[in-house]
Amino acid sequence: MIWEAVFQPFADFGFMRRALLGCIAIAIGATPVGVFLMLRRMSLTGDAMAHAILPGAAVGYLIAGLSLGAMTIGGLIAGMAVALLSGFVTRITALREDASLAAFYLISLALGVLIVSTRGSNVDLMHVLFGTVLALDDAALILLCSIASLSVLILALVFRPLVLECADPQFLRSVSGMSAVTHFTFLALVVMNLVGGFHALGTLMAVGIMILPAAAARFWTASIGGLIAVAIVVAILSSLIGLLLSYHYSLPSGPAIILVAGVAYGVSLVIGPVGGALARAAPQRTFGT
Amino acid sequence: MTAAIAFENLTLGYDRLPAVSRLDADIDEGSLTAIVGPNGAGKSTLLKGVTGVLSPIEGKVAFGGLGRDDIAYLPQQSEIDRSFPLSVVDLVAMGLWREIGPFGWLGRARQDRVHAAIAAVGLTGFERRPIGSLSGGQMQRALFARLLLQDAPIVLLDEPFTAIDARTMADLIDVVRGWHGEGRTVLAVLHDHETVRAHFPDTLMLARELVAHGPTAKVLTAENQFRARQMCEACDGPPHVCGKSAA
Repeated sequence: MIWEAVFQPFADFGFMRRALLGCIAIAIGATPVGVFLMLRRMSLTGDAMAHAILPGAAVGYLIAGLSLGAMTIGGLIAGMAVALLSGFVTRITALREDASLAAFYLISLALGVLIVSTRGSNVDLMHVLFGTVLALDDAALILLCSIASLSVLILALVFRPLVLECADPQFLRSVSGMSAVTHFTFLALVVMNLVGGFHALGTLMAVGIMILPAAAARFWTASIGGLIAVAIVVAILSSLIGLLLSYHYSLPSGPAIILVAGVAYGVSLVIGPVGGALARAAPQRTFGT
Repeated sequence: MTAAIAFENLTLGYDRLPAVSRLDADIDEGSLTAIVGPNGAGKSTLLKGVTGVLSPIEGKVAFGGLGRDDIAYLPQQSEIDRSFPLSVVDLVAMGLWREIGPFGWLGRARQDRVHAAIAAVGLTGFERRPIGSLSGGQMQRALFARLLLQDAPIVLLDEPFTAIDARTMADLIDVVRGWHGEGRTVLAVLHDHETVRAHFPDTLMLARELVAHGPTAKVLTAENQFRARQMCEACDGPPHVCGKSAA
């Protein structure tokens, strides 16, 4: 029974195994970045960046069709351009970063949809927007695993300055010149992981696997290491359950995965011991211990 | 005595509006100096000029033999995100950044120094507390512990005793006097003149321009304070009133 429901699909079908491997790679690479996005109160920035990737991927598609390399490079260029431009606009004008990011990503999204529809069909548009986790080929899997490995490595290198940059940027600026480098390295990590995620889950869903597990983890632990660990576990379990649901009930797999992560978030919100709704409503026990 | 910090015809400001104007003063090495003056006199601006956050519109800040890397600075409004998951130990250990940088190992000896600094500010027992659970006074103690670890020859404090309880203030003043005893140069922006008279040998009174600088008893006179208030009121109007200094 359990064998048939849980293991059979992966035992029988290569595309399910590939999908799971791709999702695990994304979970390991993207969710730690999502934890820092959340801690820096930049969750919506992640969303904006995800939209910004679209026109780049679309131009890649326009030039080379559904080519992995062209769409990846296009996405990386567009994502980094929007990140740098919005940071630049914030520094030289009175517009705040959230507004300038919103402006850039809305323009990018419109541009991206326009470019894809001028040449491609609606099927191609759906592919770019919602990904094709059940059709990951070898090249895509290697790309996802490479991005995850590189992302973990870079995060380990910038971990200490990144924590300082998040917690006390003024102090980091006063003791070292690494503040700006750290900030842009972090933005590069966000873009890189979103581009990886978009092959599997699409531009719109990729940010979900980044943010939702991190938001859920917030209700279970208060340490940075704990947040990252819990978020990765939530992301992997969401991928597994989401893939199985999509297999058994013929649901689109990207949205199924993100919705399972959404349920994990909802449950954590209610029963999570660290600031969850029930924990808050319960009478405080002894004060100060 | 040599000057640790020399202000030479220094004009600092925001958007070309001067907040500190044509200041000439030498801060002696090893001195313990209070910076006083009315609201809007440019006291915090002056500290930002020393740290280099703000570049001079005119003139310069010169360091005798030392550099900007020898400064530890406690801003008035700290940008610390109190909800960030950090413990007191983590926060205080940041003070070692110049020694260990992004990759250095926080070995046994350094951990002992972190704990010694926490003990010196009276926070022993709070090491594992998240910074979000600290009171205002406890947070200020933790920030002083971080300053202790920075081990800098020049210490800049911007209103370090505002909104904290009397006991914390007494403990932290002991820390400041300790720095003075070790020959560090300390510059502190302060409001409370009683504290200045009791603990700070030197005072620099500022009202955008220099009012007086020297031994506290000679600077903190009723006459100087009256002059400072008048000078600042004259500057509170539209910028053109202050136009003579707007280069």
